[in-house]
Amino acid sequence: MVNHQPAQLDRVFGALTDPTRRALLARLDKEDGLSISELAQPFEMSLPAVMKHLDVLEGAGLIARQKNGRKVECRLTAAPMEDAMSWLARYARFWSESLDRLAAYLEEAPPMEKSP
Amino acid sequence: MSCMPSVTIVRRIKAPPSRVFEAWTQPEALMRWFGPHRTRVESAEVDARPGGGFTVRLLEDNGDRHQVSGTYTEFDPERLLVFTWAWVSTPERESRVMVTFRPVPEGTEVTLIHDRFVDPVSANNHRRGWTESFERLGEAFTEADTA
Repeated sequence: MVNHQPAQLDRVFGALTDPTRRALLARLDKEDGLSISELAQPFEMSLPAVMKHLDVLEGAGLIARQKNGRKVECRLTAAPMEDAMSWLARYARFWSESLDRLAAYLEEAPPMEKSP
Repeated sequence: MSCMPSVTIVRRIKAPPSRVFEAWTQPEALMRWFGPHRTRVESAEVDARPGGGFTVRLLEDNGDRHQVSGTYTEFDPERLLVFTWAWVSTPERESRVMVTFRPVPEGTEVTLIHDRFVDPVSANNHRRGWTESFERLGEAFTEADTA
């Protein structure tokens, strides 16, 4: 019903848990196809540190790195994020609809008789 | 700073907390509402006490069946219910549901939070064989990138 690809979901949510990685994704959302050094430039950390974050993002399928001539470009890859969001949305719908039905049951039915 | 996913739903119901709590913990009542649209409860077993638990079998209109079980880690009548949540198909994936029942003038405000979906160990485990390959690849590209 709402369970699929648990390892991929773990990697996506694990990638998103870090604020630097969220900021890297936000940067690419504004300007896709940046080179690694362009992407890393505003962050006050070493290039290897940024690249470790990019490894995690790439491992989760959230970005792809492509060589373009002499540059390596980073691009957002939408599918894993969309999968994670729709997975969460399914749970939100499960509970939202359950609670709607709970309200309908309690507000329409007379109180249950307690058994003696 | 950690930021793990969760789902929060709030509803105000025109019934007192005692009836709302009862609807969550008595199988005959649970069968009348539990589950999303186009689904009904085929059976519900509830051991309604702290440390007790439940098993619910769901049948979708399309014929798909699902079974979920949990253990009550908090059982505070008319106030709080906290339970684990695991589908029978993936018993090792255990998440958590917390339900609070708050009296309000019109009846009860129910707040439900479902979280702990993600296994923090595997979510933070970046040590996989291919990570090293990516690092070597990254180093090679860095030389080209900064040239």
